[in-house]
Amino acid sequence: MIRLAGIVKRYVMGEETLMALAGVDLHIGRNEYVALIGPSGSGKSTLMNLIGCLDTPSEGSYVLNGRDTSTMNDNELAQVRNQEIGFVFQSFHLLPRLTVLENVMQPLVYRGMPRAERKVLATQALEQVGLGNRLGHRPNQLSGGQRQRVAVARALVGKPSILLADEPTGNLDSRTSAEIMALFDEVHRSGQTVVVVTHEPDIAAYCERTLRVNDGKIVQDTRNPPRVPGAGQGGH
Amino acid sequence: MYAFIEAFRAALTSLMGHRMRSFLTTLGILIGTASVIAVVSLVQGFSKSISDQFADLGGSTLTLQAYTPFAEASVGKENRLSFNDVDTLRYRVTGVDQVVPTMFIPMATAGYRGRAASPQVLATTAEYPAVRGNYPEKGRFIVASDDVGRRRVAVIGAKVIEDLELPDDPIGEFIRVGTEWFKVVGVMEKRGEIFGFNQDSIVLIPFDVGRAMTGNNVEPRMSVSFTAVSLEDVEALRERTKRAIRASHKIRPGDEDDFRVEAADSFVKQFESITATATAVLAGVVSISLLVGGIGIMNIMLVSVTERTREIGILKALGATRRDILVQFLLEAGLLALLGGLIGIVLGIGIGLGVASLIPGFPPASVPLWVILAAAGFSALVGVVFGIMPASKAASLDPIEALRYE
Repeated sequence: MIRLAGIVKRYVMGEETLMALAGVDLHIGRNEYVALIGPSGSGKSTLMNLIGCLDTPSEGSYVLNGRDTSTMNDNELAQVRNQEIGFVFQSFHLLPRLTVLENVMQPLVYRGMPRAERKVLATQALEQVGLGNRLGHRPNQLSGGQRQRVAVARALVGKPSILLADEPTGNLDSRTSAEIMALFDEVHRSGQTVVVVTHEPDIAAYCERTLRVNDGKIVQDTRNPPRVPGAGQGGH
Repeated sequence: MYAFIEAFRAALTSLMGHRMRSFLTTLGILIGTASVIAVVSLVQGFSKSISDQFADLGGSTLTLQAYTPFAEASVGKENRLSFNDVDTLRYRVTGVDQVVPTMFIPMATAGYRGRAASPQVLATTAEYPAVRGNYPEKGRFIVASDDVGRRRVAVIGAKVIEDLELPDDPIGEFIRVGTEWFKVVGVMEKRGEIFGFNQDSIVLIPFDVGRAMTGNNVEPRMSVSFTAVSLEDVEALRERTKRAIRASHKIRPGDEDDFRVEAADSFVKQFESITATATAVLAGVVSISLLVGGIGIMNIMLVSVTERTREIGILKALGATRRDILVQFLLEAGLLALLGGLIGIVLGIGIGLGVASLIPGFPPASVPLWVILAAAGFSALVGVVFGIMPASKAASLDPIEALRYE
């Protein structure tokens, strides 16, 4: 599913060259539930951007669902982002001028789908995250937790094979964090691959596998013990 | 296609989201387009009214006029036609139907009960109305017997009635022209102004009376209008006329003509070429203002791209290609300019009609459809052209950096 081999990512900043990833080999299989943890600056966000095809590696190969992404051009990468990957960001990244429904419909625009069909799918996705009654609201009329749920609906509406979340609970209190993670559990149960970047151990505890990143390398790869349902909620 | 409709919708949403800014941005285009439309509508109205007047002359009418080459004019020489030329036309050129000599009586003033005016005094013959397509509105025109009998009668234009404060029905009144008294027998229909020259300030008197007034020793300033027997014959007739007049003026082969023979429609053509040039010059001036408007749009679009960097990053993360982003911003710029253009067109038509009706005697403004279409198309084009730079800047943003942008 996700297969990284010898991934190196260098940033050139003036005279200096910054090594963000220094040789990462990684395989994430279908329907895995993975947490990427590590201190800030460790390279975990860079890794996530590479997995999400927002960025390309300086060296190494990345095979996603059997396709080598290093040979893809800009348009093909955009297509992969649109069809294979759903993003959830720390600061939600909703489009402020669009309604909740229109926000969720947006990824389907780039598939050339008729508006009526988009509306149906987006409504379904929003009902799935429990916001079926907020379709006409603007993002700024919603609470943080609700906004993040809209973002999750938007990530899921195109039925991507991978859900990528970058610090999805970073701007949320512990109760709403638990709600969002419960949503991710559900997504995982329905058969999708979920990758969560976080620096909070109790968020990582929701996942089945934890990858610890440090200095641009994966330093630890552990299987988490099976979680007792509901145990994570009282983590704080 | 759906993506295009959606881009269109997104562009509209974004414009409506900043109504005031959108309006101010497009103000340059708006003013530019409004001035194009106003100016063109006035010029076109003017040109149309003149063409209509010339059209009255009819395509089969030719005019013989004296012509002085510049080299001769600069040493004070002035060629004139003589009465012989009228006879040459009448009797020596085949295919000529009616001949109407029109003589300009110089420095003749008109007077009535102590009031004076300086109309144009022309001496002409009975065929004048038919050849010029201009008929008396009241009373009658000069008839052949007026000429033969040297009757002191005059047909006057509407402006003369006004200037001399004649009664509304001036038929039967006597006016003074030069040193002689004339009985008013008719009033010509109105013709309006050309180039600020009032064509209704006119007194027409019988040709032979005019000839007697100027005296045979003075070479009068004269032009001769004449019609061809058949319409197809106009060009050939023109050549025959040239040869006959050259012969009677004893012009040696190789020397330049001292006269011109022109068909009535050549005036129209000349005039049309003048208005076309004027329109082109104005269009040039105005397109500079559209250029400035376009720069204004480019400026704001660049600001808007920077402001929406994060939004662009989000769209890219959701799978928008470069092309999707490019199309959306180009549409936004194009729509912005088109909107300004459309408001400008409406405003321009209003100004054109308003100005035309405010100036007395000015022909009504006329806005041809092509001008409206061209203005709308051109303003949209300006938007798209000036939108290219900001749009390609937006399209080529790096998604990660755009997402990080605060």
